[in-house]
Amino acid sequence: MNDLRELYQETIFDHYRQPRNFGRLEGANRRAEGYNPLCGDKVTLYLQVEDGVIKDASFEGSGCAISTASASLMTENIKGKREADALHLLDKFHGLVTGTATADDLGKLAVLAGVREFPQRVKCATLAWHTMQAALANVEEPVTTE
Amino acid sequence: MMMDHRFQPLAYSDESAENQAVQRWRADFPILETNVHGKPLVYLDNAATTQKPLAVIEAENLYYRHDNANVHRGVHALSQRATDAFEAARLKVQRLINAASPNEIIFVRGTTEAINLVAQSYGRSRFKAGDEIILSRMEHHSNIVPWQILCEQTGASLRIIPINDAGELELEAYEQLLGPRTKLVAVAHVSNALGTINPVRAMINLAHVHGVPVLLDGAQAIAHLPVDVQALDCDFYAFSGHKLYGPTGIGVLYGKTALLDAMPPYQGGGDMIRSVSFDGTTYNTLPHKFEAGTPNIAGVIGLGAAIDYLTGIGFDALIEHELALLTYATQSVIDIPGLRIIGNALEKTGILSFVLDGVHPHDIGTILDRQGVAIRTGHHCTMPLMEHFGVSATARASFALYNTRAEADKLAAAIYQVKEVFGR
Repeated sequence: MNDLRELYQETIFDHYRQPRNFGRLEGANRRAEGYNPLCGDKVTLYLQVEDGVIKDASFEGSGCAISTASASLMTENIKGKREADALHLLDKFHGLVTGTATADDLGKLAVLAGVREFPQRVKCATLAWHTMQAALANVEEPVTTE
Repeated sequence: MMMDHRFQPLAYSDESAENQAVQRWRADFPILETNVHGKPLVYLDNAATTQKPLAVIEAENLYYRHDNANVHRGVHALSQRATDAFEAARLKVQRLINAASPNEIIFVRGTTEAINLVAQSYGRSRFKAGDEIILSRMEHHSNIVPWQILCEQTGASLRIIPINDAGELELEAYEQLLGPRTKLVAVAHVSNALGTINPVRAMINLAHVHGVPVLLDGAQAIAHLPVDVQALDCDFYAFSGHKLYGPTGIGVLYGKTALLDAMPPYQGGGDMIRSVSFDGTTYNTLPHKFEAGTPNIAGVIGLGAAIDYLTGIGFDALIEHELALLTYATQSVIDIPGLRIIGNALEKTGILSFVLDGVHPHDIGTILDRQGVAIRTGHHCTMPLMEHFGVSATARASFALYNTRAEADKLAAAIYQVKEVFGR
């Protein structure tokens, strides 16, 4: 039960039920789709990138609590970041949810640390992040977690 | 275990109240002793694959220890023993589904390969542009995609039987779809996502009025209903061993002799030939024409043991148990606020698919797993069906002969725990 409480923290429910930056982004110049065939989760990520800086970000889609909250928290977090810094954050976040890194200076993203006890759910937590990577790389094929 | 105060079991469901027979059956399955996350395993993912009784595990073990050899070509003792056991299993399959001849039993890897075999051998050699293949909205992807590939190859097209909100086929629409262009009907005997038992006998009769052959995807039916291919008069029947308490990687295609005889081989190789020269090859007779290469011998022998096990229990006893359990489990969850059952057909096998307001099925699956309760969550390889019900996924509990009312209680209690975790 404790690891369930660790996984499903209040912040996660908050972002699952009221996802931030949800919807189509007018003025987006990068877009990518992500798909998790395991659970059918889909995410479309929109970015507005200018001079190497992510000026704005939003997402659409349907998913579980973990993938929705992760997408919501990610969009909050990457706004204003340089592309390279956003990609660096992806690496740190991946380390956090797979248990190979600590939550140091990840801020609110640390609420997703509980995922490390649920290896089957890592793909849910990282779907939006891999989709961001694809959007920055201008990949047109949908990203899948498989 | 966290027991929610709102949860009240419907019946006094300890071991003494359980059906004695079910407790005996449970003892035949070693894996049911397993603990998961410190809780006794409650295995409710039987529509994905069933657990294996000791008799099946031992049959494969004994084969590899004492009889292992290649079949159909050795003169030595082990090869003869392996061949005898292999062909004896074919007879067991023949009896299980009441085929007219053992030559109508083709061993394949599973239901998927059986359907691909029919598509590529039967369909590809005779379908053309303008021809139609009728499927239903509730098909598993393995009874959709092989036909889509065939359509790309031949120019044929798919027609889809719609379903109603209970998850039953619309038979009047099916009748309208049948016509001179129809070349084949391919439908599930039982739906893997809903549990619906389709009225296949009547559907086959209707198809035959138009001279159209019918393939039944029997993956979800074979372990839960008696199947008599002659009484059904189906033209092809496909099923997998692993959903029948047998091994993975082995399955069966049944086909009527006249159809199989007229079909070209599916794969070329050893065992499927009578003679080979560089000027040409003559093919072997049925069933070997469709069994190129060294088969899954241990799998076939294990399947034979699974059939012996199942017929030893008898379909009357297991149907009575599984239907009572489905009714009990349905009543246990139906009043949970926010829970909606997907699939309410009048005729159902033991499959309970559901969604819960405000909780994604994947989250349900994770929380249930922490209680030792194994269910499947996702689209169940039936994305067109999920679309019909307006969901991207469901949570699915599916029952087998070894499941108990006490386990159904644990399912219901675990669903209440999901609501507690989600604060709903």
